[in-house]
Amino acid sequence: MSILVGKHTKLICQGISGSAGKFHSEKCAEYGTNLVGGVVPGKGGASILDRPVFNTVEEAMKKTGANASMIFVPPPYAADSILEAIDAGIELIVAITEGIPVLDMLRVKKALMSAGGRTRLIGPNCPGVITPSDRCKIGIMPGHIHLPGRVGIISKSGTLTYEAVGQTSALGIGQSTCVGIGGDPINGTSFIDVLEMFQKDNDTDAVIMIGEIGGNLEIEAAEWIKRNMKKPVVGFIAGQTAPKGKRMGHAGAIISGGKGTAEEKIDAMKTCGLHVAMSPADMGITLKKALRM
Amino acid sequence: MNIHEYQAKELLSRFGLSIPRGKLACTPTEAEWAARKLGCGKDGKVAVVKAQIHSGGRGKAGGVKLVKSPEEAKEVAQKMLGITLVTNQTGPHGKKVSKLLVAEGCDIDKEYYIALVVNRETATIGVMASTEGGMDIEEVADKYPEKIVNANIDPTIGLQDFTIRKLSIALGFGLGTPLAKDFAKTLKGLVSAFLAYDCDMLEINPLVLTKQNTIAVLDCKMSFDENALFRHPEISDLRDFEEDDAKELEASKYGLSYVSLEGNIGCLVNGAGLAMATMDIIKQTGGQPANFLDVGGGANQETVTQAFRIILRDKAVKGIFVNIFGGIMKCDVIANGIVAAAKELGLRVPLVVRLEGTNVEIGKRILNDSGLNILSASSMGDGAQKIVQAVK
Repeated sequence: MSILVGKHTKLICQGISGSAGKFHSEKCAEYGTNLVGGVVPGKGGASILDRPVFNTVEEAMKKTGANASMIFVPPPYAADSILEAIDAGIELIVAITEGIPVLDMLRVKKALMSAGGRTRLIGPNCPGVITPSDRCKIGIMPGHIHLPGRVGIISKSGTLTYEAVGQTSALGIGQSTCVGIGGDPINGTSFIDVLEMFQKDNDTDAVIMIGEIGGNLEIEAAEWIKRNMKKPVVGFIAGQTAPKGKRMGHAGAIISGGKGTAEEKIDAMKTCGLHVAMSPADMGITLKKALRM
Repeated sequence: MNIHEYQAKELLSRFGLSIPRGKLACTPTEAEWAARKLGCGKDGKVAVVKAQIHSGGRGKAGGVKLVKSPEEAKEVAQKMLGITLVTNQTGPHGKKVSKLLVAEGCDIDKEYYIALVVNRETATIGVMASTEGGMDIEEVADKYPEKIVNANIDPTIGLQDFTIRKLSIALGFGLGTPLAKDFAKTLKGLVSAFLAYDCDMLEINPLVLTKQNTIAVLDCKMSFDENALFRHPEISDLRDFEEDDAKELEASKYGLSYVSLEGNIGCLVNGAGLAMATMDIIKQTGGQPANFLDVGGGANQETVTQAFRIILRDKAVKGIFVNIFGGIMKCDVIANGIVAAAKELGLRVPLVVRLEGTNVEIGKRILNDSGLNILSASSMGDGAQKIVQAVK
């Protein structure tokens, strides 16, 4: 069954007329995703990639039955696009856009809460979601490195997700679903949200969780795992050598006031019984050991 | 993005906050003039000369001096301008002082602390306040955690009276008193400023109660969400380029994310997470990374060349590790960039390249056919070992 995306997914892309939006919409469709249209205000009635373009998300959903949206709208307008999709009541939003102002995301977060769980937002500033067995991906990850299988991957980082995918695929261990939750300080979905889904998913046997410095999502997740998770979880934290007070690429990757260090996160993961990969090169092999394969 | 105290005070003064008057001085004569304008020396009035650098802990490091006359302000300015101030927050290299704020003296009765930050856990604006002002809040949190009071403000609802009351009581300003009213005005001003300018941190330390029984902002630190600067051009204009690392500044022009470190292995990586992990694995293998560098997903041959140029400008660099897992970023584009950069800049140090992902075979062929002395790595672990060996 896997999680979030699959054969049931009908995707629209908000911002399909931009170069990145168009390129990746095409790649998603080539991979096998059911891309049913796009939304670009002012370009309703046009056709891009042989799919209809609509002025609003509401209209796109009504005409195509879309249940998921991928957002490629530039940062100044991205929050507005996410809010529009929440308002239209779509089930899943995957926001790829990097650089959305934090105060905008605080408003988005409140709108998500008000929607009462009707809509799930993945990201922003993330690579997206992929379920290899269903040939469905929403996002910018290279489809060809994935292998259908039974390991779930959750990560704040795009390329580190690819690294984990590459390492597991090389060991012949495939992935059930890979979810990039994004590297921004305020995002739609936390590690715990995805862990809960993997816990319930019959197609997932184990999980790799990839975190980084900044915030305390990883610590909350480790504590949640200790209390609730019945499947083995491999953990890795990037930024063990990152200096304090410096933003490391991702808006959320910063050790502020001495908090959010890799060390405290790794300690929490070890205490809570995760299988910790100290080196980024060891994520695959640590998983293999955890599965006693 | 950070700004100076004098700039932050200028911004905050637009929000009805009470701030001692002050003037910027870049020369000793300007400092003297500023002190005179502020009435320093008359009727026992004093002034404070404050070094303007992007760092806290200036007082203890000798960057804040009380003066009793314009002449003394000039003398102090003469000594302070041009020195490198090392505080507990600047790091060992310190920061050069090229600007001073000369401010009116203030009769302090008691010092407080108040700060606003984005609270990631609750998705609100977090307020942290304490009756123990004038010292590092980390120190207060360590020694007297019970003296810190927290509140959260939902930006979609705004600052509510109950939050003001909670903080006013905790800080001892009471309810319904003239001081409580003054505090309410102060807190409203701070929250408005935070929201108006997309701050990511606004710290007042100390906030003071004066002997005249009023509340004033004595020192402040303000930093902004870089992602929101597009809607605040007037804030972007406040950037002090002398405060930023030259290489980091250069990198940002090309859309590269770069952070200087102390080691000797230059890193060129795509993706922030992988770039951090690359630093980590170098350290674990016994080497020291010279930088964090994320070329991003949209890099082309030109940006890769620029990235190489910035890495090579660091004289400490004794070897370079390129670690790419191509997703959107295609390996052949990176390979062409590496070859072009190496030919243009001359490759004076060992280069280890690990390519994986989209178009990896074409990328490897380009590197092999280039005739350059490139060590190829089969994985990130292998690459780390090769580069650490090579710089030994």
